[in-house]
Amino acid sequence: MLDTRTPLVEMDDISISFGGIRAVDRASIDLYPGEVVGLLGHNGAGKSTLIKILSGAYKRDTGSIRINGKDATINNPRDAKGYGIETIYQQLAVADNVDAAANLFLGRELVTSIGTLDDAAMESKAREVMGRLNPNFRRFKEPVKALSGGQRQSVAIARAILFNARILIMDEPTAALGPQETAQVGDLIKQLKADGIGIFLISHDIHDVFDLADRVVVMKNGQVVGSARTEDVTKDEVLGMIILGKVPPGATAGPGALED
Amino acid sequence: MAHQPAVSTAAHPSRHVTNPLQRFLAATELDTRLLGMVGALAIIWIGFHIFSGGLFLTPRNLWNLSVQTASVAVMVTGMVLIIVTRNIDLSVGSILGLVGMVMGVMQTDILPNQLGLGLGHPMIWVLSLAAGLIVGVGIGALQGVIIAYLKVPAFIVTLGGYLVWRGAAWWVTMGRTVAPMDVRFQLMGGGPAGSIGFFWSWVVAAIACVAILVGLYFGRKQRLRFNFPLRPIWAEISLGVIGCGLAIAAVWVANAYPWPRRIAENFAAANGITIPEGGLFISHGIAIPVLIAVGVGVVMTFISMRTRFGRYVFAMGGNPEAAELAGINTRWVTVKIFMLMGGLCAIAAAISSARLNAATNALGTLDELYVIAAAVIGGTSLAGGVGTIAGALLGALVMQSLQSGMVLMGMDSPLQSIVVGIVLVFAVWLDTLYRRNKN
Repeated sequence: MLDTRTPLVEMDDISISFGGIRAVDRASIDLYPGEVVGLLGHNGAGKSTLIKILSGAYKRDTGSIRINGKDATINNPRDAKGYGIETIYQQLAVADNVDAAANLFLGRELVTSIGTLDDAAMESKAREVMGRLNPNFRRFKEPVKALSGGQRQSVAIARAILFNARILIMDEPTAALGPQETAQVGDLIKQLKADGIGIFLISHDIHDVFDLADRVVVMKNGQVVGSARTEDVTKDEVLGMIILGKVPPGATAGPGALED
Repeated sequence: MAHQPAVSTAAHPSRHVTNPLQRFLAATELDTRLLGMVGALAIIWIGFHIFSGGLFLTPRNLWNLSVQTASVAVMVTGMVLIIVTRNIDLSVGSILGLVGMVMGVMQTDILPNQLGLGLGHPMIWVLSLAAGLIVGVGIGALQGVIIAYLKVPAFIVTLGGYLVWRGAAWWVTMGRTVAPMDVRFQLMGGGPAGSIGFFWSWVVAAIACVAILVGLYFGRKQRLRFNFPLRPIWAEISLGVIGCGLAIAAVWVANAYPWPRRIAENFAAANGITIPEGGLFISHGIAIPVLIAVGVGVVMTFISMRTRFGRYVFAMGGNPEAAELAGINTRWVTVKIFMLMGGLCAIAAAISSARLNAATNALGTLDELYVIAAAVIGGTSLAGGVGTIAGALLGALVMQSLQSGMVLMGMDSPLQSIVVGIVLVFAVWLDTLYRRNKN
């Protein structure tokens, strides 16, 4: 099936080096509205680095990024947010010492007419969003430090949806969670997808993402091995892509594919 | 009914506690750590009162204590924000010294002589203070830029600043002491003239009480609006009574301390008042430096709790990376914190030099240590992210109470240093225990 719509995100021919090491080598990747793309690869394959270029944490050396078909300039996290790109980081980027509402609105606080923080309005909105996401969540007054891993993760996700993200990047979103919480995040992803949000799921564990993703893109040594729709390939074939760089018949080969 | 929420309001957590003391604490939502500090302060005060033979808890001593605390209290409010963001400022004492010198020279030489305003001109104190603020904020900006943009650790930058600004203070007058200060400028240092007197002190108490009650009322209204758990009415009333009681007690003490007899007699002679039998009783009232310190405390609490800047300061302290990723311009916030600190040093310099009625080279020596110690005793964590302005102000009061109490007991000054040092370490150890138990 050829998708004729304009991709939400197109990252084209992206490279970045740290010192002498090419962390990402001429990688291209795209994402359509309402699509979940799993970005897979070993630790150090370059997937997190590639996605951090999109979220503005790193600046690319070469290559171009288009959002909705238009060239985008992303030099820092603020630029990325301007394009509706929200990231949920692997290491749970929340400020531990402030409460859930403060974290949800960090950097974009609601203020009253005289410019002071409107904590009550923020807490009220936080209760609404968290209620949708995690109805059991009650601990609004406590610093995030006191919450469980799953609760912290739901704060991080709530933060992204609160600001109407159109492109959501989730770096190992379920790594710190128990089975029940993982299922919860899965439901949430389906809900976001239905809203037309494009999602990148990054993981080194294929089981985390295979069932949730519409498409997988595999990286190895900084290069894209290939991409495939999840209905066209098996988990074992994708594993072969991750470990050996071998591209199965159902997948499209990229520059990093193993030469026969 | 308009105020009746559609969904029943969630129960306040205090409903589930049966122990009366715990229930009171939960219902009033008072910070237990802060209460612990108030308790420690009470023990220190009563202890000194007994051991000094009843000299400590007198209006005269408490009034002096408040004036002596003012300068460090002003600076500690800024130090809290600096330590919360995992930085440190070792240069505050030296900045105070330099700014004091600059303000001294402004009001004794540059403004009256070189700019021809003449001594005693009513604008001199304002212009001197403004010059001091500009120098203080400028120094803070310079240090902040080096820390935030050039990535030199704050410890090193301000250690350098400690030497540089102390040296610069000497350079202003080649080490000469500048005195006396402008008459109006002197009012910022306290003393009989630099106090607001009986009537205005009660006005301040009334304003404080109204502010407390209005604050409680609007807090409750806001919770009702968003359907949050409400404090029980009796807890709100207790808070109002405690708050107003403290304000009234403080003013009562300040008003119970009369002007010294000679000054009161001179004042009576100058104004044609006949001295009644048993002497003339003119209340000091609240000292102007104390009023400045309280004002700074209120403003800084507001900044730290109710503005975006304050929120960013705490978020940066909790997780600098998360703050950066959230799109906060952490470097610029750091520069602003150090500028604020510089400005507060200038206010403290005005208080100290006005109180001494001179600007000397040694003004503010060792203040950086007292300020940092007060912040830490007041619950500011050097690991970052944790600290309150109110706690730090209490910390400053504890430090000054110890020193002043030991002087009243006639303790030798080396022994005083030893005691203060031990108390600092002990207080932080207690704090560590408290936090460990709480988690």
